[in-house]
Amino acid sequence: MIKITDLHKSYKIGKNSLHVLKGINFNVEEGELVAIMGSSGSGKSTLLNIIGMLDTADSGTYNLDGLEIKNMNETKAAQYRNRFLGFIFQSFNLINYKNALENIALPLFYKGINRTERQKIAMKYLSKVGLAKWEKHLPSELSGGQKQRVAIARAMVTQPKVLLADELTGALDSTTSIEVMSLIQEINNNGKTILVVTHEEDIAMMCKRIIRLKDGVILEDKKVKQIIAK
Amino acid sequence: MKKIFDKDTWQEIFSSIAQNKIRTIITVIGVLWGIFLYIMLSGAAQGVDNGFERQFQRISSNSLFVWGQYTSVPFGGFKTNRGIRLTLSDVEDLKNKIPEIQYIVARNVRGVFGSNGSSVVRKQKKGTYNIYGDFPIFIKVATKNIYDGGRFINELDIKLKRKVCVIGEKTQQELFEENEDPIGKFIRINNIYFKVIGVHKFVPEGGNFANDGDIHLPFSTYRKLFNTGENVDFLIVAGYDDIDIVQVENDVKKVLKKIHTISPEDNRAIGSFNLGELFKKIIKFASGMTFLSLVIGIATILGGIIGIGNILLISVKERTKEIGIRRAIGATPKAIKLQIMLESVFLTIISGIIGIILGAFVLSMINIATKELKDYPFTNPTVPISYILGALALMVILGTLIGLIPAQRAISIKPIDALREE
Repeated sequence: MIKITDLHKSYKIGKNSLHVLKGINFNVEEGELVAIMGSSGSGKSTLLNIIGMLDTADSGTYNLDGLEIKNMNETKAAQYRNRFLGFIFQSFNLINYKNALENIALPLFYKGINRTERQKIAMKYLSKVGLAKWEKHLPSELSGGQKQRVAIARAMVTQPKVLLADELTGALDSTTSIEVMSLIQEINNNGKTILVVTHEEDIAMMCKRIIRLKDGVILEDKKVKQIIAK
Repeated sequence: MKKIFDKDTWQEIFSSIAQNKIRTIITVIGVLWGIFLYIMLSGAAQGVDNGFERQFQRISSNSLFVWGQYTSVPFGGFKTNRGIRLTLSDVEDLKNKIPEIQYIVARNVRGVFGSNGSSVVRKQKKGTYNIYGDFPIFIKVATKNIYDGGRFINELDIKLKRKVCVIGEKTQQELFEENEDPIGKFIRINNIYFKVIGVHKFVPEGGNFANDGDIHLPFSTYRKLFNTGENVDFLIVAGYDDIDIVQVENDVKKVLKKIHTISPEDNRAIGSFNLGELFKKIIKFASGMTFLSLVIGIATILGGIIGIGNILLISVKERTKEIGIRRAIGATPKAIKLQIMLESVFLTIISGIIGIILGAFVLSMINIATKELKDYPFTNPTVPISYILGALALMVILGTLIGLIPAQRAISIKPIDALREE
């Protein structure tokens, strides 16, 4: 599903250049649940942003579902994001003046689906995350866990090939984090490919595979089962 | 195009606008004030235009008044300060020598130009009124509204020197009983009985040369009554529509100076008042006002629209993160641009429509208030629909153009940078 080869990325900070990703190579197969781990500054979020087409690599290749993601203009990138990817953010990133249902339906609006259909599909996903009764509630009226569930439903509503989660439990307490991760596992069990960026070991351990980054290089890439066995 | 009519697109716009109601209202007022001012000024300019047209509607706008005064230069053996009296023969001479003249009307009058009005008596009632000696042609240059059942002086009245008169509304009210029909009744002017043949309704004329107490007699009868001989107090000269009335005025004076042995250099001997020239100046003034109103109105609208652009720029800045979220979930730059531009156009149109309604309301109030002011050169302050549609079209264009700035700003931020914004 995802094939990353020799990926490099640098940022210019004033006159200096910061080499964030230094030749990243890995593949993700369909249906995997992968945690990308690393301490702050390891390059994990940059890697996720490149995979999410929110940022571009300086060199190397990135294939998503057989398509090479290269030299893409912003319109094309937006269409690909809408079609292939679902984003889950640490700070939920819900639109505060839209209720739960409207937030979930928004990606469908950009996909060009009519209003009635949008409402129907959004409601289905809201039910899937267990918030059917909260459809009219604004984000400010929801708990952290509920907000993240709405964000998950929004990420899934376009039936993307891959879900990308950036520190999705970073703003949640431990109990809620486990609940949210259980939901992620459940979605993955239904066949969805998911990449989770986290710095929390227990969250990473709930995935099937862990890629550890340090200073822009992959330190370790192992199945969770192998780590547990070790 | 489909997106423009999508309910969600508009929900997005309304939600965004509703984020900061007070700021939106203040922004709307900026444009609203611009279009309101534009409507008011255009309406006022049209009102003045209409007002002057009404003032001049009863008298040929391409006309001038000419009368004799006193010479200021000795000439042809005559001393200075010689009184010049125009005569009936001048009428024919002028008509023959100046082909640009359409009508020329000789008039005599008592009551204006320093002379006293005449005492007029009807039974126990009496009053002093201006008396005019007129030819039937007079109504060709100064339309008189004669009430039903009456008429103006005709050729036969002149020929037979009939003792008939046309009185004004005021004269009727002062000399006759209420509901009494004056037609066929007699009034005494200078102790001579005159039969009333018509009542003229008062209408203001350019230059206020008439009032509703005026009494018109046949010129020949007047001449006999006041023993004026061939003398004429003043002439009304009306030119054809397309001629230069200032040139006609010069030609008339030139001919009259020659006839009456006046020095060509004498600028006092022949008095004149060029109504046509004045009318042209007024028309130019009204056109200038219309143009000025257009410039001020458009400038104010532009100012308001720039305000909308400014507010939307702030709004885009405030919503950077939201724009980032939208782009992360699949909004194309075009979709973001469309939304912001629609916000701009929507705010502009709404402001414009409210401004137009408010302007139209105030204009109609002014119209009601000034309807009865007949002496006031202001009536029917309307704005042509083409002006309104033009202003609206201009607002849509400007709203779209100004919306491009914040829209471009919104899509110039990378989604990743927008998402990082707090």
